[in-house]
Amino acid sequence: MHELPQQLANGLALGALYGLIAIGYTMVYGIVQLINFAHGEIFMIGGFGALTTYTALPSGTSLLVAIPLMIVGGAIASVAVATAAERFAYRPLRNAPRLAPLITAIGLSIALQQLVWQFYPDAKKAVSFPEIPGEAFEITSNLSIQRSDAFVLILAPLCMLALGLFVSKSRSGRAMQATAQDPDTAKLMGINTDRIIVMAFAIGAAFAAVAAVAYGVDKGQINFEMGFILGLKAFTAAVLGGIGNIYGAMVGGVVLGIAESLSIAYIEDIPGMQQLGGGAWSNVWAFVLLILVLLVRPQGLLGERVADRA
Amino acid sequence: MTALLEVEDLRVAYGKIEAVKGISFSVEAGQVVALIGTNGAGKTTTLRTLSGLIKPTSGKITFDGQSLSSIPAHKVVSLGLAHSPEGRHIFPRLSIEENLQLGAFLRKDKDGIEQDIQKAYDLFPILGERRKQAAGTLSGGEQQMLAMGRALMSRPKLLMLDEPSMGLSPIMMQKIMETIATLKSEGMTILLIEQNAQAALSLADYGYVLEVGTMKLSGTGRDLLVNDDVRKTYLGEE
Repeated sequence: MHELPQQLANGLALGALYGLIAIGYTMVYGIVQLINFAHGEIFMIGGFGALTTYTALPSGTSLLVAIPLMIVGGAIASVAVATAAERFAYRPLRNAPRLAPLITAIGLSIALQQLVWQFYPDAKKAVSFPEIPGEAFEITSNLSIQRSDAFVLILAPLCMLALGLFVSKSRSGRAMQATAQDPDTAKLMGINTDRIIVMAFAIGAAFAAVAAVAYGVDKGQINFEMGFILGLKAFTAAVLGGIGNIYGAMVGGVVLGIAESLSIAYIEDIPGMQQLGGGAWSNVWAFVLLILVLLVRPQGLLGERVADRA
Repeated sequence: MTALLEVEDLRVAYGKIEAVKGISFSVEAGQVVALIGTNGAGKTTTLRTLSGLIKPTSGKITFDGQSLSSIPAHKVVSLGLAHSPEGRHIFPRLSIEENLQLGAFLRKDKDGIEQDIQKAYDLFPILGERRKQAAGTLSGGEQQMLAMGRALMSRPKLLMLDEPSMGLSPIMMQKIMETIATLKSEGMTILLIEQNAQAALSLADYGYVLEVGTMKLSGTGRDLLVNDDVRKTYLGEE
């Protein structure tokens, strides 16, 4: 158990990444009840947008300057693609049977992957991404935090805080809650619900771009397929936390990240389960956790059933 | 003088099924007008069409001198038409005060909004006592009060109330009707849909009787109350 603090820290960093991506699933679902299966690709596009921005900067630009610009560039790319997808792929299907937008989302996901694969220079294999140089922070003898992990551990709570304040305090945030709870009545109040829906897609896409930069600086590379499994995990996190609940997305992400990290470290120590531990099985344990939680709490950890007397 | 609201030959269909089959009616400023009729008569459809939530297949709607035909739902309230929908539809996970603030979503005058929230609390003291409580935890009658208070927050020229007494206890129903009478005495123009025809027609200056999408009868509230057909069909008298 000597390495437990380290495993928890690793899980927390992974979970923060999941949570950032999960926000996009949960916000869109909360407002239009659509599982945007192309959101993993929105995350991937954010990464390539950030990389393009980095390439455009003069060589030798300090990462302190470059990273914020990369987040902005990545967000511009991901928000543009997400809002275009909303406008041209999902909005025409707003009143169609639910299966239609779902299939559209899957199609869009494949199309976006292939577009990047085909047209982004050298993207047929992984492309390198700037890493944060420097040693890990030694906190104690058995806990050190990589700089890239510190990056996501600081950014994710800041993003969540900003989003929480926006949703609960601002006029647009209030309108967003109203639209999520009752779209027709929101219109009666004078709320332009189409604009609120675009806003939900845009916020989710911007958070995904932050996550993509965090992912890139950690791995030192990105690729056109990276949105698939990460998107799936983030979707799992959103469901685990209670889809539609923005805090649930973060909680679900952290629980999932820590569970994965602990499964990698400890399951192989359990007698008779040596074969089922290590990194190869971490995805399996993540989904086992999802199934177990949904058996007990189908609405997810923070999902709520408020009494709506009608 | 032209009426505040003028509806001419309005037709509304859900797919191939026509729910409103060419009705005409009008509401003069300062009047309370009641639309009565059984379930499926097209009353709620009519109100939702006026609000822009449903597009009519044909017909003319003129409100305050302006055609409503091409105005999207979220812009209707800014013209002075407020709608308290059937089934109340308060925002359940927002507080009472937040619900009221949303009623004033398009208004910019902060002080005026504060004053109007206070007025809503004066009209319905229970809402003031529970202002921080989630609206979904209120009783049906309290939710109805909130829905009416929220509709008033836009300072409408015309208030549309869809079944305000539906599902309420007799005491609560009476309270809601008294409130509508108070609003009337203050000069509010109201278009009222009510299943309680007796109460609605007693309050109304004018009434219309809808039957499966067509306008069957109209007259002053008093005339309709003594009309034999109305008494048989809607007041349950032989």
